[in-house]
Amino acid sequence: MTRRNAQLVGAGLALLLAWLVLFPILVVARDAADGTALRAFFGRAGEWAALWASVWISLASVALAAAIGVPLAFLFEWFDFPGRKTLGALVALPVVLPPLVGVIAFLFLYGESGFIARAVQALFGMPEAPWRLQGPAAILLVHAYSMYVYFYLFTRAGLAKLDVSMLEAAQALGADRWTTIRRVVLPLVRPSLVGAAILTFMTSLGSFSAPYIFGGGFRVMTTQIVATKLNGDLPLAMVETLALAVVAVAGLLLLRRTEGDDILVALGKGIAPRPRPIRRPAIRALATAAGWGFAVLLLLPHLTLALVSLVPYGAWTTEILPPVLNLENYRRLFSEAERLRPLLNSLWMAAVSTAAAVVLALAAGWLVVQRRVALRRAIEGLLALPWALPGTVFAIALAMTFSVHAPPLRWVLVGTVAILPLAYLVRALPLTGRALLAGYRQLDPALEEAAASLGAGRWRTLARVTLPQLRPGLAAGASLAFVAALGDIVASIVLYTYETRPISIEILSSLRLSETGVAAAFGVVLMVVSALVLGIGARR
Amino acid sequence: MSAFLEVQAIKKRWAHTVTVGPITLDIARGEIVALLGPSGSGKTTMLRLLAGFETPDGGRIVVEGEDVTSMPPARRRFGMVFQHYALFPHLDVGENVAFGLRGHADAGAKATEALRLVDLAGFERRKVQELSGGQQQRVALARALAPEPRVLLLDEPLSNLDPALRERTRRELRQLIKRVGITTVFVTHEQEEAFELGDRVAVLNAGHLEQAGAPDELYERPASLFVATFVGRANVFRGAAARALARDADLVVVRPERLRFATAGLPGVVRERRYTGAAAFFLIEIDGGERIEVLAEPDAATVGDRVFVEAERVIRIVENGR
Repeated sequence: MTRRNAQLVGAGLALLLAWLVLFPILVVARDAADGTALRAFFGRAGEWAALWASVWISLASVALAAAIGVPLAFLFEWFDFPGRKTLGALVALPVVLPPLVGVIAFLFLYGESGFIARAVQALFGMPEAPWRLQGPAAILLVHAYSMYVYFYLFTRAGLAKLDVSMLEAAQALGADRWTTIRRVVLPLVRPSLVGAAILTFMTSLGSFSAPYIFGGGFRVMTTQIVATKLNGDLPLAMVETLALAVVAVAGLLLLRRTEGDDILVALGKGIAPRPRPIRRPAIRALATAAGWGFAVLLLLPHLTLALVSLVPYGAWTTEILPPVLNLENYRRLFSEAERLRPLLNSLWMAAVSTAAAVVLALAAGWLVVQRRVALRRAIEGLLALPWALPGTVFAIALAMTFSVHAPPLRWVLVGTVAILPLAYLVRALPLTGRALLAGYRQLDPALEEAAASLGAGRWRTLARVTLPQLRPGLAAGASLAFVAALGDIVASIVLYTYETRPISIEILSSLRLSETGVAAAFGVVLMVVSALVLGIGARR
Repeated sequence: MSAFLEVQAIKKRWAHTVTVGPITLDIARGEIVALLGPSGSGKTTMLRLLAGFETPDGGRIVVEGEDVTSMPPARRRFGMVFQHYALFPHLDVGENVAFGLRGHADAGAKATEALRLVDLAGFERRKVQELSGGQQQRVALARALAPEPRVLLLDEPLSNLDPALRERTRRELRQLIKRVGITTVFVTHEQEEAFELGDRVAVLNAGHLEQAGAPDELYERPASLFVATFVGRANVFRGAAARALARDADLVVVRPERLRFATAGLPGVVRERRYTGAAAFFLIEIDGGERIEVLAEPDAATVGDRVFVEAERVIRIVENGR
């Protein structure tokens, strides 16, 4: 392809991405410039309370997740004890629980009619459930459980990159263990810690399922926006959406400033410290017991979900443990056409959006890294943009933009089968984009030149040399995108139609009908498919 | 002369088959000792045992009469320069050098002094990433010396420098260490480096100390075939050939420069000639198939000549069963 053609394709891709991810936000910004709505937003205490709640819940989630994830990472990366490898993998398990599934698992486990509450109630002969799983504490519990994994994985990756001679140098200079950690290790893994903090903050700010199910009267901005939209006050919903977007971007910029340079790249050579066996028997036993205890605690939600999914409708009333267990729910799920449909919907919509996101990311990687087109920074920025904004913001923006017929930019897509895959695609772009841009950057240009010198044409080089090398990044990015789409609730709840309703919506309506067994069975299916896809994506 | 640093039968077992030691070695105050050996010989393990990064499975390490065998590295007061320097990338040059001086009232002044010692005065606020390889090495040295350690340990100190720089740095390093007067142990796999930098060289092989001694002692009176062949070039003669050179010997070694062409001696044919300028190496195929190397005047012979080779000086080796 000639240089000029590449520039044209680059411009085309930039325009397409701008239309997909930037234009809807601009539509929201314009619609939010509405005097009445602005006055309503700034005048009502409830709006400020929701915005503040979003911020402090997110900051508290970061603190809690760090408090759990960072020490665990040190334990598993630096020390050796029986079961370290198995436990180290189990500890990352909350990742396979899509947000909504994790929330209902917590509901069945710790909720007022969950296993723990029933057991406590029976044990002490209480007339009522001992607690209600509601409000900020419940939200934080779920966030801590699902988000400490970010700190755990990022910190472990940072520690694994650490050069063992750095630690030995500190020791040889007279530093004890705590001084070494404080003055050498933590500064060196800071980029990882900040990365995890940003991810946790953004996820928490955009979190919808936990506040939606457990919030009760406690509103955060995401639930507030959806409630306002359902009430039909669209201009106010626009203002709220914009306010959340502003907070997200401000938070992102502030956190970024603490990141510093990735100095490890500059001097990083040598080998990571190997895990040290814990020798003192008492401490060794303690570490092992703590590790296994923690793993069981982490697995309880998964087990709960599996158990509840085996309870047929109406069979479990006041007993601590369900009296009847069978596969009735699964039979209904797979044999009743109306119940199978959400599953099929989610699968095809996730597949289509992931495929589209991969194609766009491949094109972007090629244009940005290899052809270095003039608009490369714009393309890269547009790919990353959806990551910087909570899912609710995009859901609302797409809902507004594509409910008006004004070609060529605006079409009525809301209510059609196209809107949900489009929304999933927008959310998937940062995941596939980041993975493939990184993959393209790591390519050794000499390999493509070698292929060319051996007589391979453009397509043969792409198929036999370039794509095989991009495969790990591509698989990782695509599997994350697929799982995110499969478990999505934020965009779905705003944009679904009865015909295209995905699994998460079906779980919510099953819960509303008190069909907890069916909801749990859907959750198990979602969990298993997510785990399989992530497992395939992580294979080297 | 009593030893300043005593290594007493130190031993480290890695697996059932891989063992380092027992090694015993006495090092005098202010002495520079090279640990020389091929990869896998246990020289790095020895250095790490001295530093305290590995715990020995037997034996003792004593400094100035104090047993430091089970003392953690942080309390040993041994300075170490790592192979890749291990400079802290998040600290600048001055902070790196002052790292080991925490608690000293005059840490800043001492860091400045250490940097001046390695000729890097005024580099305090530089980032370590901006320095050249040679400068990084000197910062690492300054950092190790700043807390005034009892012993200096160097892990392959010159391996990260390009060859042109290496020779000059070697001489400067030796001068610096001698000026400071610190007892030093360093690891290397290059004979030349060991000879030029070390007062004494300890040759290690397969986890055992083969011989420790001054460079000329190792070269002229190697204690084993390994030392003879690892340290310098060597022609090995066994059996009848050995007996032809030295009476009652089963195994002798002759350095190439100690062989010369003569009118009688071992008969052979010149197969190759490698010209090095001042002299040339001649590869001689002795009748009977063995090949030996002779260092002689460049015009002493030409390829294809039939020659006789005689030895000026032979080294007898007594094989000790290992």
